[in-house]
Amino acid sequence: MRLFRQIGAVTAMNLRSLPQRVTTSLVIVIGIAGVVAVLTSVLAMSTGMIKTIENAGRDDRVIVMRNGSNSEVSSAVSRASMRLIVDAPAVKRDSAGNPILSAETMRLITLHKREDDSTVNVILRGVGRQVLELRPEIKLTAGRMFKPAVNEVIVGKSATAQYRGVSIGDEVRTRNATWTVVGTFVTGDSHESELMTDAETLIASDQRGAFQSVTLMLESPAAFQRFKDALTSNPALALDVLREPEYFEQASKGISRVISFLAYFVGSIMAVGAVFGALNTMYAAVSERLREIATLRAIGFGATAMIVSVLAEALLLACIGGVIGSLLAWVFFNGNTVSTGGAAQGQLIFDLSVSPELMVIGIVWAGVIGLIGGLFPAIRAARLPVAAALRAI
Amino acid sequence: MTAIVSLRNVKKSYLRGKQTVEVLHGVDLEIQASEFLGLMGPSGSGKTTMLNLIAGLDQPTSGEVVVSDKRIDKLSRGALADWRARHIGFIFQFYNLLPVLTAEANVEVPLLLTNLSRAQRRERVQTVLQLVGLADRAKHKPNELSGGQQQRVAIARAIVADPTLLVCDEPTGDLDRQSAEEIMNLLQALNRTQGKTIVMVTHDPRAAEYASRELHLDKGQLAHDARRVA
Repeated sequence: MRLFRQIGAVTAMNLRSLPQRVTTSLVIVIGIAGVVAVLTSVLAMSTGMIKTIENAGRDDRVIVMRNGSNSEVSSAVSRASMRLIVDAPAVKRDSAGNPILSAETMRLITLHKREDDSTVNVILRGVGRQVLELRPEIKLTAGRMFKPAVNEVIVGKSATAQYRGVSIGDEVRTRNATWTVVGTFVTGDSHESELMTDAETLIASDQRGAFQSVTLMLESPAAFQRFKDALTSNPALALDVLREPEYFEQASKGISRVISFLAYFVGSIMAVGAVFGALNTMYAAVSERLREIATLRAIGFGATAMIVSVLAEALLLACIGGVIGSLLAWVFFNGNTVSTGGAAQGQLIFDLSVSPELMVIGIVWAGVIGLIGGLFPAIRAARLPVAAALRAI
Repeated sequence: MTAIVSLRNVKKSYLRGKQTVEVLHGVDLEIQASEFLGLMGPSGSGKTTMLNLIAGLDQPTSGEVVVSDKRIDKLSRGALADWRARHIGFIFQFYNLLPVLTAEANVEVPLLLTNLSRAQRRERVQTVLQLVGLADRAKHKPNELSGGQQQRVAIARAIVADPTLLVCDEPTGDLDRQSAEEIMNLLQALNRTQGKTIVMVTHDPRAAEYASRELHLDKGQLAHDARRVA
C-alpha cells in the first residue's frame, strides 16, 4: 500500500512538472509519433490487401489449376482435362443441367495510370459463359456485358478509376487484337482491378491454346472433399484443387508477408532512433530533477518508486506519441486506394485499412519504445548516490 | 542521559580518481537525546561526511554507527531508506522543496511513507505549519515564498513525521541575517520545547551559538568539543 502511495506521489510530481519540460518531452512524442505513423500505414497496406483478397473468396467455389502451380499465371489446364473436370461429382448445375463453371485464361495488357501516366500491367481475364452465375457478385454498373465471339471487354470499377483509356467506348490493345470497352462492373474484391472478356474469344485472338484455370461452383461447401478426391485420384489428371479463399490467401501470402516484413523492418530501424530520442529526453528529465530525486531518496522514498515514476512518464509520453502517430496514419491513409506495382500477375488495387487492431499495435510499439527509452534513465534515478547527489547540487 | 547517536572508530575514505582520500580518521562520538549539536570546521574537515553517516545517507569504510540503538552501518540501501523515513528529518541549505507542490503538499511528503490516513496526514500538516508560523501560506508554492519561509516549510517537512533526529546541513547558508536568526530561533525552540535532537553542520559562528554543544572537526578528527550552559 505504502509502495503504491510512494509510486503514485512521485509519478504525480513528475507529471506535474512536465509543462516545465515541454520542449525535451516533445522529442519523445514526435519521434514515436513518426515511427507509429510509418509502421501503421505500411501495415495498413498488407491489411487492406489481405482484406480485399479474402473478400474475393467463397467456400463453395473452387479453383482448379495444374499440379504445382502457385498461381493462375503459371498454370495450364488442357481441354482434355476440362472434360474430366466438367464431369466430376459435386459440381453444381444450373436448371438446364450445365455445370456452373468458368474456364479462364489471362493476358497482361499495358495501360497508363491516370495520375502520372506511368505504364502498368493489368489483367485481362477471359471468363466462361456462365461467369455471372458463378460469380453473382459481378454487377454491371454501366454499359452492357461483352458478347462472345466479339472483341469486347468490361472493366472493373477500380481499373476505371485508376487507368486512362478504359472508359466505355475506348479501345484497348492486346498483342493481336483490339478490344472495345462496353461496360463497367463492380465485384467488391480484387477482380475490380481487372478487365474481363469471353475466354474462347481471347484464346482465339492469339492462338495460345489452353486455359489456365477452372473456377467452379460446388453443390455445397461440404462437397469439396468429394470433388477433390475425384480429381486427384484420377491418374489422367495432374491438378491441384483449392477452395477459393485458400487460393487467394496463398496468392497474397507472399506479398503481404513482404509488406509486413518491410513495415516491421523500417519500423524497427526508426524505433531504434526513437529509443535514443526517448533515452535522451528521459536522461534530461532525470538530470533536471536530480535535486528532487535526491531529496525524495534522502527522505526515504524507495528505488522502486523512482524507477516506476520515470518509466510511467516515458510510457505516458510514448503513448501520446503512439496515439498521435496512429491517428495521423488513420486520417491520411485509411481508405486510400493503392495498387501493387506492375507485378507479373497484374495490378491489384485495394484500400489501405488502418484498423483499430493496427492502431493498437502501433500504440503497443510506442509503449515498448518508451519503456526501453525510459529504463536506463530510471535505473540511473534509482541508483543515484544520494549523499553525493545532494552535495553536487 | 542516553546516547542517541554513537560513532565508534568511524573511518570514511573516498576514491578520487586513483587516489584514496581518507576524510574521517577513526572518529568516536556520542550525541545525547535532546542535544542540539553544532558541527563546525573548515571546508574539507569532514563535517558533511559525518552528518551523512549519522543520517544514514552514506556508510562508513569501517567502524560502527549506532542511532537509537540500531547499527545502521551495515544496512542495505533499501533498509536504510526505510530507516531514514522513520528516524531522520532533513533540513538542507537550499531547502530542497519540490517546486510543483504547495507548501502543505511539500510538508506532507514524508507522511506518504507512513500508514496514516489522509485526514490524519492533513491534521499533522496543519499542526506543523502552525508551529513554524506558516499556516496562512499552506497553499503557496515554493516560488511564491521568501527564502526564510521556504526554510520554515522545509523545517515543517523535517518534523512532520516526528523523527528521532533532525539533521541540518547549513540551514542558514542561503539566508539573510534576519531570516537566519528566525530559523535558528525556531530550531532552538524545537530543541528546547519539543525535545528534538538536532545535529547541525554550519560555517556560521552565529548559528552555532544556538547549539547546546559545539563540536569542531579538523582534518577528519574531532578537534574541540564544548557544551554550552543554557
